[in-house]
Amino acid sequence: QLQLYRSQSAGRFSRRGYACRNISTSSALQNRTHVSCDIKGDVAVVRFNTPNSKVNTLSKQLSAEFTDVMNEIWANEAVRSAVLISSKPGSFIAGADLNMLEACKTAQEVTQLSQDGQKMLEKIENSPKPVVAAISGSCLGGGLEVAIACHYRVATKDRKTVLGTPEVLLGLLPGAGGTQRLPKMVGLPAAFDMMLTGRNIRADRAKKMGLVDQLVEPLGPGLKTPEARTIEYLEEVAINFARGLANKTVSAKRSRGLMQRLTDYAMALPFVRQQVYKTVESKVQKQTKGLYPAPLKIIEVVKTGLDQGNDAGYLIEAQSFGQLAVTKESKALMGLYHGQVHCKKNKFGNPQKEVKTLAVLGAGLMGAGIAQVSVDKGIKTILKDTAQKGLDRGQQQVYKGLNSKVKKKSLTSFERDSILSNLMGQLDYKGFEKADMVIEAVFEDINVKHKVLKEVEAVIPAHCVFASNTSALPISQIAAASKRPEKVIGMHYFSPVDKMQLLEIITTDKTSQDTAASAVAVGLKQGKVVIVVKDGPGFYTTRCLGPMLSEVVRVLQEGIDPKKVDAISTAFGFPVGAATLIDEVGVDVATHVAEDLGKAFGQRFGGGSIDLFKLMVQKGFLGRKAGKGFYVYQEGVKNRSVNSGMDEILQKFRVPPLSHSCSDEDIQMRLVTRFVNEAAMCLQEGILSNPLEGDIGAVFGLGFPPCLGGPFRFADSYGARQLVDKLRKYEAVYGSQFTPCQLLLDHANSPSKKFHQ
Amino acid sequence: MPHDLARAALQGLLTRTSVPRDVVDYIVYGTVIQEVKTSNVAREAALGAGFSDKTPAHTVTMACISSNQAMTTGVGMIAAGQCDVVVAGGVELMSDVPIRHSRKMRKTMLTLNRAKTLGQKLSLISKIRPDYFTPELPAVAEFSTSETMGHSADRLAAAFGVSRLEQDEYALRSHSLAKKAQDEGLLQDVVPFKVPGKDTVTKDNGIRPSSLEQMGKLKPAFVKPYGTVTAANSSFLTDGASAMLIMSEEKALAMGYKPKAYLRDFVYVSQDPKDQLLLGPTYATPKVLEKAGLTLGDIDVFEFHEAFAGQILANLKAMDSDWFAQNYMGRKSKVGAPPLDKFNTWGGSLSLGHPFGATGCRLVITAAHRLKKEGGQYGLVAACAAGGQVMVLCGSCS
Repeated sequence: QLQLYRSQSAGRFSRRGYACRNISTSSALQNRTHVSCDIKGDVAVVRFNTPNSKVNTLSKQLSAEFTDVMNEIWANEAVRSAVLISSKPGSFIAGADLNMLEACKTAQEVTQLSQDGQKMLEKIENSPKPVVAAISGSCLGGGLEVAIACHYRVATKDRKTVLGTPEVLLGLLPGAGGTQRLPKMVGLPAAFDMMLTGRNIRADRAKKMGLVDQLVEPLGPGLKTPEARTIEYLEEVAINFARGLANKTVSAKRSRGLMQRLTDYAMALPFVRQQVYKTVESKVQKQTKGLYPAPLKIIEVVKTGLDQGNDAGYLIEAQSFGQLAVTKESKALMGLYHGQVHCKKNKFGNPQKEVKTLAVLGAGLMGAGIAQVSVDKGIKTILKDTAQKGLDRGQQQVYKGLNSKVKKKSLTSFERDSILSNLMGQLDYKGFEKADMVIEAVFEDINVKHKVLKEVEAVIPAHCVFASNTSALPISQIAAASKRPEKVIGMHYFSPVDKMQLLEIITTDKTSQDTAASAVAVGLKQGKVVIVVKDGPGFYTTRCLGPMLSEVVRVLQEGIDPKKVDAISTAFGFPVGAATLIDEVGVDVATHVAEDLGKAFGQRFGGGSIDLFKLMVQKGFLGRKAGKGFYVYQEGVKNRSVNSGMDEILQKFRVPPLSHSCSDEDIQMRLVTRFVNEAAMCLQEGILSNPLEGDIGAVFGLGFPPCLGGPFRFADSYGARQLVDKLRKYEAVYGSQFTPCQLLLDHANSPSKKFHQ
Repeated sequence: MPHDLARAALQGLLTRTSVPRDVVDYIVYGTVIQEVKTSNVAREAALGAGFSDKTPAHTVTMACISSNQAMTTGVGMIAAGQCDVVVAGGVELMSDVPIRHSRKMRKTMLTLNRAKTLGQKLSLISKIRPDYFTPELPAVAEFSTSETMGHSADRLAAAFGVSRLEQDEYALRSHSLAKKAQDEGLLQDVVPFKVPGKDTVTKDNGIRPSSLEQMGKLKPAFVKPYGTVTAANSSFLTDGASAMLIMSEEKALAMGYKPKAYLRDFVYVSQDPKDQLLLGPTYATPKVLEKAGLTLGDIDVFEFHEAFAGQILANLKAMDSDWFAQNYMGRKSKVGAPPLDKFNTWGGSLSLGHPFGATGCRLVITAAHRLKKEGGQYGLVAACAAGGQVMVLCGSCS
């Protein structure tokens, strides 16, 4: 018999538990693989569980089964309310199935998918039986759209539970009613912020925004594992709220704060809304330079819904979703997403010994940054420097980095302190006998590197890996001084280490598989996107950057001022202007690298005059760190001015511009074609093992425009033929630094050849 | 002030035991929220109670097991041959806790002390803003996790699937048993206290047996709106002081005393202050039993500190779970849950109240009185404390 428990008194729920009975309403239930349903008393519990996957995704199969189950619930008179929950504690629904989107050949097909989703969620929104989403783990994209179509949301308050609309990061928009429901739920400004940035929102913040109605604290160990019991508890709490909603003892109406009510009131006025649209639009224009269609579409779709009503809103949402899904920007961004997933795996397998103690040599910007991303992952880290002053600065950097997280409330001050206890700052080699890995980040000079390598090898245990964080010195040269070259590897971090996602790992012919496995494992633990490349001058990233920067110098020599160079390169999609980039890298470092690579590659790295750099170094214009480079840097001054001291230097190296190849577009292409040509050459020479890692390295390490998806995807979409034509044209004018490499020529000669199939 | 309450407890001890003041070698007191004026409250109270000024005294703190720590400190001093006679106790004055000025205000006031000229003073005073006057209240929250204890107890109850009804039933049991014990005159450890300017308090005044219906009406106090821990099924904070005379056996016998109880063995353990804050008794009980060479079945009297009904019930469930013992305690099997007919049968902190620093001595002396009354041999006392720490003590009546 079916037992119904009602709450005992108004406003409070029964704590007696509930009768539990599984009823099989049809034989189809047995065949379902993605969605299951239990009936607990008068509440139906719908569970998502994509088989053989860490996360649930809205695939065709899952959607179809979900629709079936909901139809049964609506038909079942014994059921008065429903709870949606996942069987996986780490994921409610992580979003739509990308494979399903990518399999679509036309915009119409995608629009159809969107409309199916919209219809289903509209039915849930209008369901006479209240539906409660019980959210634990990632609730993103389509998952969030399911949740906000429900009448009530209960979420676990833990770090794994994040809500968000990351569609924009894939060049898409929320395509299942999200653009229409979200503004009504959290208000227009917050909805724009979520949809345009794609940022993840933690559960406690979501509660404050009104995105979820109740929070459930994660539980500790009980009679089951914490994870299992917490999700069970979440379900119990959600069931009680579902029952309360059905009994009308709980109201889904949220009490809004005064500020929120005021904002809502203001947003109801058309002219205020127009003002918001305008501000947001101009901000988006400024940030995307019009290179990304998705954010503008999002604004348009939200606008249509609010100004012309739901029907118009849903229609344009579905149409825009379809249009966006077939843009080359979206394909590029999805390619990057797949690349990231690929680079979050350790292709060398698990190392024999996990790195528990790490030693970092050199407490400079890099060293301290590496220490910071290690200690907060629980790795005991020794930070060694040769001078107390340097060590103090480094330790302060780590503290500052962690403390900024405390200020943002993503860390408690107690957690910060306990993380800092993993850090040991010292001037000697004490404790190195316990180190599982040493990463050196000392001065970029082969003799210094050899010296520390020998010192370290005298004190470390046999299994300890020696990794060099160098941006250009060949690892095999460093390893030449080692007694155990199989344990030597390159780990090239990017500055600032706690912000930049990329780690480039460099293996030599002698590096053992286990050493590589260990380095990749550490990088992944540090939260990095890891590419693994073969050794060679400049490896992959530095080598690609070299020819481009050389061309930047050439352009500057032609009399284009740094501000203009920056504007031209950011207009192409680079996040940092090319002249500013040199200042950021440091002119001395750039000189060093340019000289080394120039020796190794000769003419191909020519173009700009290296003597210009040398003179800058002489004058102390070392870039941002010296306060002067191409620009003047002052503390607290945002709009930096061009360094007037550079006029004389630039004048000295002035070369006449060649009129038929210095339009803005030509300059952009000169920079980019050299970049792409060098990247292709890295693939040709086997430095890169595949184009995917090449794209990831260029975008995440060097800021190659994400909307182009990386040099290889750009070669595919722009056309290898067209690229080669450009290179040939510039080759004729400037010389052999533009000679296209064989691999590009091969691709140009057979149009069916693509780097990404 | 706290030392007044402590003084009364000490004087009560002197009257009841008739121990000569100069025999006492040392005094140890436990307290949690310190009155800054009497930070070594043990010494101030001892002087005020007429103990010899030649008897040293110190104060210890270990959250809710502060007076347990005071007792075991005394035991340790006797075992180490430092002393023969120690007075241990605890005190808490929850009705008047020190409330601090804000950090900004404190800083201004301290700088003001150093200001030399009137001009400097005025300029400092002129910087004071209204928000400087916001006071800092002490909170019953963990420093490491910022979680209040009640919140943690609610999560613990949920983790072990302890329902609201079970908690209310247990709390009602505590109040009913305490009422019965009080009516039967079993709570003989109480010393009357004359509140200056008010009436004399002669008995525990927090015992209020209610009905399940009444208790069911209360709203959750911590996890709102769906939690299970309420004001009715939590221990309440109250003022209180306790004192106890501890001697080496030879000394006691030589002086002609018959011991109320022997303190046999004790252990302290600690665990995760977030998820297992109040789960200590489960960890400590099997340890002390093993140390003392006893089994759970040998124990005649259990006195557990009742921080929350949910906490007691969660511990009972954990002690009765093989899964928990194997996965979290590294034991082959469970220790077993104490039988309720031997468990806190004269009420507990839920009904008698919980003056942080004083509770430990009350638990031990109640266990001793129960052993005597019921003719049992072994008693076991367990109490959990903030920071995830816990103490259990095993005593016997002979």
